[in-house]
Amino acid sequence: MVKQKGILYDSTMCVGCGECYSACKKQNKLPETNSDFLKDHLSANTYTVVEQHGDLYARKMCMHCAEPTCASVCPVKAFEKTKEGAVIYDAEKCIGCRYCMQACPHQIPRYEWSQVSPRVRKCVLCQNRISKGLPTACSEACPTGATICGDLDDLKIEAKKRLSEGSDKYYQHIYGLDEAGGGSVLILASVPFEKLGYTPNLPKQPMPQLTNRVMEKIPTVATVGGLFLGSMYWLTKRKNEIAREEKEAKFKRNEVK
Amino acid sequence: MKNSNASKLSFWKIVAAVIMICGLYSSYIRFTKGLGASTHLSDSIPWGLWIGFDFLGVGLAAAGFTIAVMVHVFNIHKFEPIVRPAILTAYIGYTLVVLLLIIDLGRPQNFWHPLVMWNLHSVMFEITWCVICYSAILTLEFAPVVLEKYNLTAPIKILRKISIPVVILGVIFSTLHQSSFGSLYLIVPGRLYPLWYSTLLPVNFYISCIAAGLSMIIFESYLNARAFNLGLRLDILSGLAKIVLYVLIIGFLVRITDMIITGKTPFLFLPRTETYMFYAEVIVGTFIPVYLLSQAKYRKSRMWLYVISIFTLSGFVLNRINVAVTGLVASSKTSYFPSFDEISITMMLVVLGMWAFKLVSTKFPVFVELENLKEEKLPEDSREMILSE
Repeated sequence: MVKQKGILYDSTMCVGCGECYSACKKQNKLPETNSDFLKDHLSANTYTVVEQHGDLYARKMCMHCAEPTCASVCPVKAFEKTKEGAVIYDAEKCIGCRYCMQACPHQIPRYEWSQVSPRVRKCVLCQNRISKGLPTACSEACPTGATICGDLDDLKIEAKKRLSEGSDKYYQHIYGLDEAGGGSVLILASVPFEKLGYTPNLPKQPMPQLTNRVMEKIPTVATVGGLFLGSMYWLTKRKNEIAREEKEAKFKRNEVK
Repeated sequence: MKNSNASKLSFWKIVAAVIMICGLYSSYIRFTKGLGASTHLSDSIPWGLWIGFDFLGVGLAAAGFTIAVMVHVFNIHKFEPIVRPAILTAYIGYTLVVLLLIIDLGRPQNFWHPLVMWNLHSVMFEITWCVICYSAILTLEFAPVVLEKYNLTAPIKILRKISIPVVILGVIFSTLHQSSFGSLYLIVPGRLYPLWYSTLLPVNFYISCIAAGLSMIIFESYLNARAFNLGLRLDILSGLAKIVLYVLIIGFLVRITDMIITGKTPFLFLPRTETYMFYAEVIVGTFIPVYLLSQAKYRKSRMWLYVISIFTLSGFVLNRINVAVTGLVASSKTSYFPSFDEISITMMLVVLGMWAFKLVSTKFPVFVELENLKEEKLPEDSREMILSE
């Protein structure tokens, strides 16, 4: 069995050099979108950004959820969680309903608004690299080791080790371990995560469960509804028939009299 | 007198023509330059006016199944004369919604993909299938009207034989997708404002569409009676109004109980746009119509029924817009106002829908029983149940 890969981003080690940003652009053959990478934002041509919050830096990218919301809401299964852990997208299937963009708890997917036949764009965890055992382009380019790539299980152990060893250095939370059911991207920081612009208070359960609870009821609603309506039809029809018969009987009685 | 009528008619014809030209031009822009050039949608606001309009179209067409179930399943034949107008409304409503969905899709050439690429976990997938199946059912339900005109009795006989299962299937498909429009938002608990987010969203959507669909029939009947000089069956409309009253009360009780249980009442007192919009929705769409409908004198006046239906419909529109736009704006950190092209395409579809309704209802026997009642005076509260057999 293939081991799931992942990314560990330790913002306390990040110096905001932007090597990850450039490497991502190069890897995905994306055009330049901003002369100052710190002022750039996620777009159809930018899959990862480095944001400056005071003297701290924070990377934003797809979190590659274990149970991806985008994949669960997509009516045509255009998203897929690969065995390596990446959440990838197939434009050939996509109908362009943009429910993935509306539903993503991290608000990551971006759209090619200027195209006539637009695609959804986002980080794909360098699927074609990690499937060959190579690290993602961003982690390979990182000069400080703030972004590292490896087996997800090892990264989880490493993240926990860093938290327990540097209890005064770190805010004691691994962002991405439980958020929306967790995923393949883990983030460490020295301050609470909302201060770095990460979505706070995400539920621990995977988001797709919120809809599945209702979707599961559909067969019941359909059967019970069908039976109920069928019997109501029969009952009310019978009731009307009886009413009419009584009316006629009354009429006849009156005639006889 | 005649002159002013004629000029009024041509004035509206000119307005319709202008809207059609703008709409066609905007459609051209949308399909040649893309969504970015034609809409104000963005990465933070991926759904806008068009999705809102789809919600409204489908909700207002809900009478198609509610009236059908009352007449054909519950055998309340009093409502028989409005079955056809209700089904025609639904048919046109759904056609417009499907058209607009195709315009709204980023890759419309792939619109058929859900038929072959299944994702049983997706609410969007379920809605697509239900809308397709229900449109097919509406075709079967409306077919007799067309067949009657050409005196094709054989297929009518077949349709009549299968009519009850067809109606029941239609009700089930409607129930599923009307509520699923609410389920679409179950997955965004962090984004949709708490006044609207609820695990009961599908239930709320379902209850409110029933009230809106029936109000739409009252609204339409009044306008049709005025336009075609038809008799207005006040007993039928008062009956509908009473159902609207009960449904509005149930809908409100469900929502308020849910808010109390989930501890959302503090949100009712925050000085924010969302709070004001919530009150606007509840006052216009629930409090005013419930107050008026609870009094028999308003329920038995044509004019008042028309006014009340406008309140109920406005409240419904506000509710859907609040869920689709207002409730999401704060969390997306941007503002949104639809573009010229978004508005003109939407208006073009409204004009097309009104034109189609007028065309079909004059060419085909839609308002059959009402036409027979032309200029015939009916006892105002003839509450007797008409037995069709």
